Amino acid sequence: MSYELLTFIWFLLLGVLLIGYSVLDGFDLGVGILHPFVAKDDRERRLVMNSIGPLWDGNEVWLVTFGGALFAAFPNAYATVFSSFYEAFHLLLACLIGRAVSLEFRSKVHSPSWRRVWDVGFFVSSFVAALLLGVAGGNVLAGMKLGPDFLYAGSLLDQLYWYPLLVGLLTVSLFAMHGAIFLYMKTEGELQQRVQKRITKLFLAFAAMYVIVTIATWIHVPHATDNLKRYPVLWIVPIANALAVLNIPRAMHLGRPGYAFFSSAMVILALALLFAVAIFPNFVISTIDPAFGVTLENARSSAGTLRNMLIIAVIGIPCVLSYTVVIYWIFRGKVKLDPASY
Amino acid sequence: MDVELLSRLQFAGTIMFHYLFPPLSIGLGLQLFLCEIAYNWTKNPVWESAARFWTRIFAVNFAMGVASGIVMEFEFGTNWAAYSRFVGDVFGSALAAEGIFAFFLESGFLAVLVFGWDRVGPKFHLFSTAMVFFGSVFSAVWIVVANSWQQTPAGYKIVWQTIQDKQVPRAEVTDFWAMLFNPSSVDRLTHTVLGAFVLGAFFVASVSAYYLLKNRHLDFAKKCLAISLPSALLFSTLSAISGHGSAQKLAVTQPAKLAAIEAHFHSADQPTGLTLFGWPDAESETVHFDIKIPYLLTFMVHNDLSTPVAGLDQIPLNDRPPVWIPFQMFHLMVGLGTAMIGLSFLAVFFQIRGSLANYPWLLWGIIFSPVAAMIANQAGWITAEVGRQPWIVYPSVQNGVAMMGLRTSEGLSESVVASQVASSIAMFAVIYSLLFAVWIFVLNAKIKHGPDSVEEMEQLKKEHRDESMREAISDSGRSYGGSMLEDTGK
Repeated sequence: MSYELLTFIWFLLLGVLLIGYSVLDGFDLGVGILHPFVAKDDRERRLVMNSIGPLWDGNEVWLVTFGGALFAAFPNAYATVFSSFYEAFHLLLACLIGRAVSLEFRSKVHSPSWRRVWDVGFFVSSFVAALLLGVAGGNVLAGMKLGPDFLYAGSLLDQLYWYPLLVGLLTVSLFAMHGAIFLYMKTEGELQQRVQKRITKLFLAFAAMYVIVTIATWIHVPHATDNLKRYPVLWIVPIANALAVLNIPRAMHLGRPGYAFFSSAMVILALALLFAVAIFPNFVISTIDPAFGVTLENARSSAGTLRNMLIIAVIGIPCVLSYTVVIYWIFRGKVKLDPASY
Repeated sequence: MDVELLSRLQFAGTIMFHYLFPPLSIGLGLQLFLCEIAYNWTKNPVWESAARFWTRIFAVNFAMGVASGIVMEFEFGTNWAAYSRFVGDVFGSALAAEGIFAFFLESGFLAVLVFGWDRVGPKFHLFSTAMVFFGSVFSAVWIVVANSWQQTPAGYKIVWQTIQDKQVPRAEVTDFWAMLFNPSSVDRLTHTVLGAFVLGAFFVASVSAYYLLKNRHLDFAKKCLAISLPSALLFSTLSAISGHGSAQKLAVTQPAKLAAIEAHFHSADQPTGLTLFGWPDAESETVHFDIKIPYLLTFMVHNDLSTPVAGLDQIPLNDRPPVWIPFQMFHLMVGLGTAMIGLSFLAVFFQIRGSLANYPWLLWGIIFSPVAAMIANQAGWITAEVGRQPWIVYPSVQNGVAMMGLRTSEGLSESVVASQVASSIAMFAVIYSLLFAVWIFVLNAKIKHGPDSVEEMEQLKKEHRDESMREAISDSGRSYGGSMLEDTGK
């Protein structure tokens, strides 16, 4: 296998890990964002939390593995991107910690104020985590102030301007909608009806953000469409994306929430593919001088390592997928509270 | 303070906080696995109640490990960008393999372990527990391999890449298996995992001894002590043996570290004594207030009295590690390890004679033993990591060719400034202090509450079954659980 092909395969595999993460952790971040708005009393809050109870931890592993794979396959991209997003990334880490412990500790003590603190923590950390993931994506897409030797020459404020923030809000609305559909499938009765009302509103919010960010990208990131112009066949991605978006209300209307969830997962997949199409063959372009950018070619590991890692992935990924399916099968159906619940 | 010191403090703080949890997960995982094997073997419900109890403790600890571990995965990139570029080709593979082989296995089956008691049969549950346990051990395998490679690199070459007209070195893998089984991997992995097993065994023994002392949950306490005390004795003894082997290897692979942990400043032709206690002073190259056993160091390192042990004077001044911290931490670890062997030996002795409960002082010793195990684990890693300074990746000789190393000071993120690191330290200090307090609080509450008695457990299971049955019959799917579920979510 040639070095070029290995590099491309690893670019795709990173995409697979990122899509796996966004589709899976997307719904549990969304559930966290919705938590204070759909659950009225303590029992409902526990139901909402326990809908993701057995699943969130495994979902987060996709991000951890993405980090490890980026480190191994494209060390320069790992080093440059994470040291550039220093504050934002540490805040994201704090949020991920906050989510984990809010879930774990909330229901361990029978005190309303104790539980309220963790409820707030769960919401805030879920919301901020989703926002920051989007902000990071927006910055990578638009390019960053990279100076010579891959050194970031900007500051936190350079990362928090209108465009990445819009992408952040798009991510929040997308995950909230995705989470709402998931919650709809896992709940019943009054709680489910409340969730259903939210889905419509969240869909409209997401659709609005989707249109706004599309226009904003057209204006602010003109190079994002370069690959579409070069390979017109790739237009299939944005078209499929739009169809998947429209299919969500259709599936909900047909009374097929599973199909709606599949559609919103497809929306996430298509958006991630669009992101990949927009940045390829770069990871981050430099807004200072194009020569300073991080590309697939200057960020990759040696061919030997990419090959070893591919063997690891070929052995590992089928195992991962098979027991992920088993776990989701075991915990299928409506969420119930039992002695082991959070 | 400068970025280097701050970044090192940040890494030390976050890794030490993280390392409170994984060893307990590994060690407790083994004890839990043993409890469940006993349950599947004997069908005695006390074992089931024990397994369910340890599961609850395990879950809290595991969540803390995951939460604090995510930070580690990304800190290399945020704070040590230059290091990441240098080692990515090697270290990254191990980290990615850890994700794919270990983390998914652990986190997937953890769901069944914690939430699946009433959803899957006992055999499948046992299988899930085994998978979580093996996953946590695999995780240790990859991360210790990655760490060992930095201490004793092998199977690589240094390649100079031209990036933007600049020559940048990095380590590239030439032999994956040599990298994996580098000279110190197996020894250090064995010692690390044994340290975790020791902690888990003493932790289970500690809680059980507490119940024995308070005359509560006696059946549970005796059964758990029957597993945990003998394993504490076994693992702490094995740990001493493996530690001795590790130290002997140091003489070959990292003589500077060995000299530092023994505060051996001056090489000599005659056999060197072993310093038991003392106050090393690197400035004057002496050890104050020292108590020495003559000849012993040479004998312990080389199994003879004729081969000299290299002292720090053979290491260039700017390549020497600090002495005081590795020396004291190493001696603290060895001291606590020896004490734990003695404690578990006495405990097992009286356990066999059936008179353990008559010795409250011994029970108190067992109750506090996990703290000693925890400190020993931390002290061991401090020894290993401070003792390898000033190198973040050791220089080495591969096939007769000298390979450059990477100094810790050269591994930093060039674009990150001191104020960024300082504010991140402040943030993590606040979060981690809160978390630590909550962790202790919840752990304490769970231990105070104790395991459910067999009757309570059967009652809960029956109610749960009735609940599911009623829902299946009513078919409306809307009959929510009664309030009793609310009160049982411990």
